[in-house]
Parts: sequence; C-alpha cells; structure tokens
Amino acid sequence: MIAFLLKRTANAAFVMLAVALLAFLIFRFFGDPVEMMVNEQATLQDRIELRERLGLNDGFVTQYTRFVTNAVQGDFGISYRNQQDVMVLIKERFPATFELVLVATVISLVVGIPAGVITAVYRDSRLANMLQLGSIIGVSLPSFVVGILLILAFSVSLGWLPAFGRGDTVDIGWWSTGLLTPSGRAALILPALSLSTFQVTLVMRLVRAEMLETLRADYIKFARARGVPKARVQWRHALRNCLMPVITLTGMQIGNLIAFALVTETVFQWPGMGMLFIQAVTFVDLPVMAAYLLIVSFIFVALNTLVDITYAWVDPRLRDDTARGNG
Amino acid sequence: MDKTVTPRPSRLQRLRESDLWYSFCAHPSAIFAAVLLGLVALTALLAPLITPQNPYDLAALELWNSEIPPLWEDGGQWPYLLGTDTQGRDILSAVLYGSRISLIIGFASVILALVVGLALGLIAGYFGGWVDNVIMRVGDVLLSMPFILIAILITAIASASLPTGLKDVLAAPILILAIAVPSWVQYARTVRASAMVEAKKEYVQAAKLIRVKAWRVMLHHILPNCLTPIMVAATLNFGLAILSEATLSFLGVGMPPDQPSLGTLIRIGNQYLFSGLWWIVVFPSVQLCLIVLSVNMIGDWLRDALNPKLR
Repeated sequence: MIAFLLKRTANAAFVMLAVALLAFLIFRFFGDPVEMMVNEQATLQDRIELRERLGLNDGFVTQYTRFVTNAVQGDFGISYRNQQDVMVLIKERFPATFELVLVATVISLVVGIPAGVITAVYRDSRLANMLQLGSIIGVSLPSFVVGILLILAFSVSLGWLPAFGRGDTVDIGWWSTGLLTPSGRAALILPALSLSTFQVTLVMRLVRAEMLETLRADYIKFARARGVPKARVQWRHALRNCLMPVITLTGMQIGNLIAFALVTETVFQWPGMGMLFIQAVTFVDLPVMAAYLLIVSFIFVALNTLVDITYAWVDPRLRDDTARGNG
Repeated sequence: MDKTVTPRPSRLQRLRESDLWYSFCAHPSAIFAAVLLGLVALTALLAPLITPQNPYDLAALELWNSEIPPLWEDGGQWPYLLGTDTQGRDILSAVLYGSRISLIIGFASVILALVVGLALGLIAGYFGGWVDNVIMRVGDVLLSMPFILIAILITAIASASLPTGLKDVLAAPILILAIAVPSWVQYARTVRASAMVEAKKEYVQAAKLIRVKAWRVMLHHILPNCLTPIMVAATLNFGLAILSEATLSFLGVGMPPDQPSLGTLIRIGNQYLFSGLWWIVVFPSVQLCLIVLSVNMIGDWLRDALNPKLR
C-alpha cells in the first residue's frame, strides 16, 4: 500500500510540475513581463533595473525553480491589469466559485440519484422513458444556453429571480458567503441550476447503469424472497451498493465543475475565479492566467489522486499496477 | 462441375444486409436524429443558395429592417422568417451560415484529433519503450487539466501573439487546433491498448519476419482491429467539439463577430436579453442544441449497436 501511495503521489507531483512548466512558459515567454509592468515614461535604465530585480536575466532552470517555489508558497506575482497581488485576487473570488460548485453538486445528487433509480427500477415505463429522453437532452444542452434560457424565463419574463451578481454577502473571516442572506440565496439558484444540468445527467446515467447491474444480484433476489418490501430492497439494499461509484464520480467531477464554472460565471456575471480568468484572458493578464491554470489543475489532480488512493485502500486488488494495465 | 460464381455483393447491398443497418432501422430515435442532422447539414451547406440574405455582406444589411420580430409575431415581415437583429441581419440566414462554420470546425477538429491520436497511439503501442513513455506522459498531463481550460489557453495565446489582421483570418484554424489538442489523447489510449496486444501476436511477428514495413503492419493489420470503439468515440466527440467551439465563441475567444458561428451569434444575442429581442438569442441556441442533440443520439445508438455484449 505504501509503495502504491508513493507511486501515485510521485505521479501527481510529476504532472503538477509539467503543468507548472506550461504555466511558466506562458508567463515568461509569451510577451515580455517588463514591457507589461512599466509605464510608457520608463527609461531604458528603469527597464534594465526592473529586469534585474525580477530575476529575468537568470538561467532558465533557476527561473523555473523560483517560479515553482513561489507558486508552492502561494506567490503568483502581481496582476498586470490592476497591480494587485494575484493570490489576494484569487482568495477574494474563490468563495463565490466554491459555493456555486458546491450547490451545483448537491443539486446533481439530489436530482440525479432518484432519477437514476426510477429509470432503472421502472424500466420502459412512461416516466422512465421521459427521464431518459431528458438525460440525453441534458447532455446536449450547452451550459451557457441553459443559463440564457433560465434568465429569459425566470428573470426577464417572470421576474422571479435575479439574473446577475451574487446578491448580499456576509463575511466570515476572509470567506464571504452568499448562503446566509435571502438575496444571496436567490442569486445562487439560476447559476447553480445551469451549472448542474450536465452533472445531473451524468449522475443519473451512472446510477441507472449501476442499479441495473445490482438488481440482478442474488442477494437482491434473496432479500425479496425473504419478504423484504420491494421499495425497501430497491432504495436501501440496492441503492447503497451503487453509491460508491457515484461518490467517486462526484469527487472527480468537482475539478471539472470549477473549470466549467467559468462559463456559468460569464453568463450570470458571477464574481468568481472563472470571471477573473476570462477577464485576465481578454487583457492578457499573464500572472492571473498562470495562477488560475495552476490552482484549478492542482485541485483536479489532487482529487483524482485522492480518489485513486481511496479506491486502492478499499479494494486491495487495485494496488497492483500491472493488473490494471497502465493505459 | 458447374461453377456458379456468385458476384461479390455491391457496397450498397452489403450495407443493406448488415446488422448495423438492421439496428438503425429498428431505432426510430436514430432515424430521427440522422434525418435531423442531415437536414441541418444540407441547409447549412446550401446556405448561400437558399437564404434570403448574405449576412456577412454589410451592403445587404438595411438598418430600417432592424429588430423585426419573427414572422408569426406582430410586426413580422416577409422574408425575415425568424426576424432580424439590431443591424438588420436576417436571423435565419445568420443561423444557417453560423451552422456551416460550427459544423466545419467541429468536423475538422475531430478529424485532426483522430489522425494525430491514431498515429501517436499506434506508434506508442507498436514500438513501446521511451517513445511510448513520452507520448503517454504528454497525454497524462493534457488529461490532468480540464478540457475547456486547455482550449481557452490555446486560443488566448494564439490570438495574443498574432497580429490583428491575421487573427481573424486564422480564427477557425486556431479553434480547430484548440479543440483537437486536448482530445487526441482518448484515441491514442484506445488504439495503443490494442496495438500492444496485436504487436505480440504471431501474424505480426510473421509479418515482421518477412520484412513488411512497420507502418504497413500498423495501418493494415492493427488499425482495422480497433476501429469500432474509435468510431463511437469520434461520433460522440463530434458533438463535444461543436459544443466546445460554441462555448469558446460565446466566451469571446472563438470566431469573431464578422464571421459568426452559432456560439458567436448567441454571444451577440446575449447582449439584448433584457431588451425584449428574444429571437436574436433563442434561434441560434435552438439550432445549436438540435445539432448536438442529434449527434449525441446517433452516438448513443452507435455505441449500443456496435457493442457485442448487447446484441
């Protein structure tokens, strides 16, 4: 187990170093950092001094090592656009994205699991067929289109819910939350719904496939033969055995949701990390772009590694790398 | 001895007798999706011939024809079936031209990813060793970043490092590249796995012994053996590619407003969400959803039809 743990962690570290190299290359060689930072009146002398102070004259390896060391300590430099510490900017925006992703995940589980069970248990019923059709439509609807249609329906036509912003927020330490105020909660509904559409169908399809498999197992037939009520067998015995893959999927998808939140955030003008990133892209604000890339990839890789390790811990057969084939 | 030479059945006949065709005919949803997609593709290809207006020709736009609602609403005007936008551009024409761009970019990016992925996967699986290691590690790194993030970064870097004039001309190739880069890995992994298995089999050893060239073994013997899963993946990825293109264009890093894809049209329409001009944003969105929906339905059907376990 320890060997597996070390191997998996080393693998994750390698991937992160490669992503860091990519971020570093973008940051360092795509546009000249000095030109981006000085104003137009700066003399040649100023530029040379700044170049020296930023360490841009050092060797490639030295610079890359410094970039990684700084990044590990949460130092991503100064934003070109608003001259603020990048980490401070991201820290400000992170709670908004996190709450959005959290609520979207909860919605996907609360809607997706029952829908999956129903489509598996009442196969070929009208309700199940409708849910199935709904799931393929859900996969095909781009999340920004869902967002726009939700705004058209609930903000423009009905006027029930706000179409943009986060509403009022309450600060708890450095964390600003919108969950504690009525307007904050109202503002969260539409973005969370539109972000969760895809995820709902994913959970539903997975639960359905797992349930179909489980319902065929002997212990299910046995429980029925023993006289356990049908509903109890389906919703307790069978469903419980399907939840492990669902938890895994949910864990692994969080990284994807954070990345995809940038689309939702653009539609709803949601002041999260994704909006920050898209603005950085428009203004070629490289330090912010590099920081966002690193942080999102880190969350992504960390969750995947964690899921793999948990699996290996639960199921020792998976520790043997050769049995899985490395593909 | 009588020799009855049965002629080899024609391609069409073989198709009609195949299991796949039978399965296709037995699935109304697949037929529906194929007809829908065919219709969309046909109208998109024929757009210059059938649309009342060339939406890119600024001279054809008349400002007094702007903001006309769809025909069935009050104030609708022929020939603007789906209404016009704020510059007097016919929405139906813009949607058909936009579909053309979306379909072409989606198709081209899938082809590019396929070619690169199959080639690299074959090479990695056939030769193994350090070549395999390098290719697959690069793939690992690409898969460890969210798809959409890689695509945005590529378009952002490309558009910031190109001069303004060139940027708009190259918008489509950049998008094709941006979508293909994160998606080749899937094909490479699939094909590598079967290449590794096949490379150890006797017929490959025999072929090697009589000095058949490596590329010949790969293309004629290994590749045909793993086309089924690749075909399914490619179909589903075609839908995903169109979605990605639309998302990038919607975010403003895709097609420019003077040669709009469906995503760009939705981005433009999004600005008029609150001014009651709903048709500018709704029709491109509906078209986009129909395209992706029909591709996904075909992909789902194909996956089940080609799965030997479900037969």
